[in-house]
Amino acid sequence: MSAVEILVVAEHNGQQLNPATARAVRCAGSLSDARVTLAVFNAPDPVLQQAALLTGVARVLAIGEVSAEPALAAKLAPQIAALAAPFALLLGPADTFGKDLMPRVAGLLGLPQVSDIMALETPTRFRRPVYAGNAIATVEASSGPVVGTVRTASFQAAASATAPAPIERQPAPAVELPTHTRFVGLSSPAAGNRPDLQSASRVVSGGRGVGSAENFRIVYALADKLKAAVGASRAAVDAGFVSNELQVGQTGKIIAPELYVAVGISGAIQHLTGIRDARTIVAINKDAEAPIFEVADLGLSGDLFQLLPELEQALDDNAKQRGA
Amino acid sequence: MKRLLVAIKRVIDYNVKVRVLPDGSGVVTDGIKLSLNPFDEIALEEALRMKERGLAEEVVVATLAPADAQAQLRTALAMGADRALHVQMDEKPEPLDVARVLLKLVEREQPLAVLLGKQAVDGDNNQTGQMLAALWNRPQATFASKITLDGERAVVEREVDAGTETLEVDLPAVFTTDLRLNEPRYVKLPDIIKAKKKPLETLTLSALGVALQPRLRTLRLEAPPVRGRGRMLKSAAELVSELQHRNLLP
Repeated sequence: MSAVEILVVAEHNGQQLNPATARAVRCAGSLSDARVTLAVFNAPDPVLQQAALLTGVARVLAIGEVSAEPALAAKLAPQIAALAAPFALLLGPADTFGKDLMPRVAGLLGLPQVSDIMALETPTRFRRPVYAGNAIATVEASSGPVVGTVRTASFQAAASATAPAPIERQPAPAVELPTHTRFVGLSSPAAGNRPDLQSASRVVSGGRGVGSAENFRIVYALADKLKAAVGASRAAVDAGFVSNELQVGQTGKIIAPELYVAVGISGAIQHLTGIRDARTIVAINKDAEAPIFEVADLGLSGDLFQLLPELEQALDDNAKQRGA
Repeated sequence: MKRLLVAIKRVIDYNVKVRVLPDGSGVVTDGIKLSLNPFDEIALEEALRMKERGLAEEVVVATLAPADAQAQLRTALAMGADRALHVQMDEKPEPLDVARVLLKLVEREQPLAVLLGKQAVDGDNNQTGQMLAALWNRPQATFASKITLDGERAVVEREVDAGTETLEVDLPAVFTTDLRLNEPRYVKLPDIIKAKKKPLETLTLSALGVALQPRLRTLRLEAPPVRGRGRMLKSAAELVSELQHRNLLP
């Protein structure tokens, strides 16, 4: 039986491979007869080396010159389309990079796309959430190839390989790249030394119940005690307590940490969609009837501004005991 | 004429708790409230504001939907759109087919920009705008949280995982809208009455010269696994010892 050829488009920021890439590779490799090619555009050597060390990658295509400018869908899509011919599946991560890029690739190739793949059953049959995660659809394409985005929370990151995959360097495909779209800038609020929200093993999120941007300090303080990333509900972002890249939920980030602590979050379905795959959910809320408690493994009901300092104290005491 | 085309979709209302039918063939729709996709409502609001600022002269809304989706088009007209295009069909078209039909409308209307939601809250596909931009060979600025039209160009702030990205695109272009772009206006009663007189044109796929090419089939729907209700704890100390027991502390 010949292998199923799968192209995974890597995401990087010029310095690091994005952790979403390792999860997309794991998804691709979940088909037993997959042969995974990882396409890395305009990346420096350290990024290529990280890519080559992902288990399941048969080869890395290093395409184009190193560029400091973030990849634009308008320029990447025609290059991916030019490489597409040998592949039965073209995959990217279902984050803002892949969501922006992959449908443009599908459009150029006239191929159907399956978004947010949570299971790859065959090269043409997929499982994915719809209706904000209220239903799981099994979708089949009548024929390949198919373009897809991978719901990264559904897959572990591909492990580190002992021997790197070969890196094949290629010039950019000979296609005309549009000049109609230009990068102006990227503003990333400093996250300090906190872990990345998308890949953190522990996350503390705040919601409307936190009350203000100023009050959000109690969320940051708890996150720091737990060495956790900070997230937020849509309500907290809309209210201006924190900036948009912290939003967790249907239209924000979909995450799967080991521990998720929801502080002052009532638990709208759109938020729950983003945390469904967390191993343990802790809810801390004033309202004991809040829907978040229906999905939480552990709940604490009461005044946040009393409970969170108590929790910090209890964590300190616990750390001392364990240290002793 | 400086025209803006806004693509809208009728969906199960955002606030409805969607339930899967026992046989897995679909979701419960009987007696369920249908509304404009909230992201498309934001796209329409943005187009209306562009017109109000004198940056466009006409706002046209379009949908691909069964005959009774006229109600949602009338809502869009009541919000302030000037006219509506209703491509009538009973099928549920895939994003690529929607993009193909929208491209036909683009060729007819020659808009300065097409605005639509970044995703519809039923299929959650997040594909149509990007596919249209690809077929049209024009720029896309997805997940927009701020759009500034400036003559032949637009500067767009986009909500991306790393923060906020700013792009400059030549017009015409496709913009897909994110939640924080604006807050859509409420429809007032006199506007609902006025909207009844606004032009609403019914079109068919054959008149537009497009045939649907469905390639994806939903074999079944299932309810997601239920996360059972856990335990309420009495104190912060109890929570910490529970977290330690589960090996979740740093």
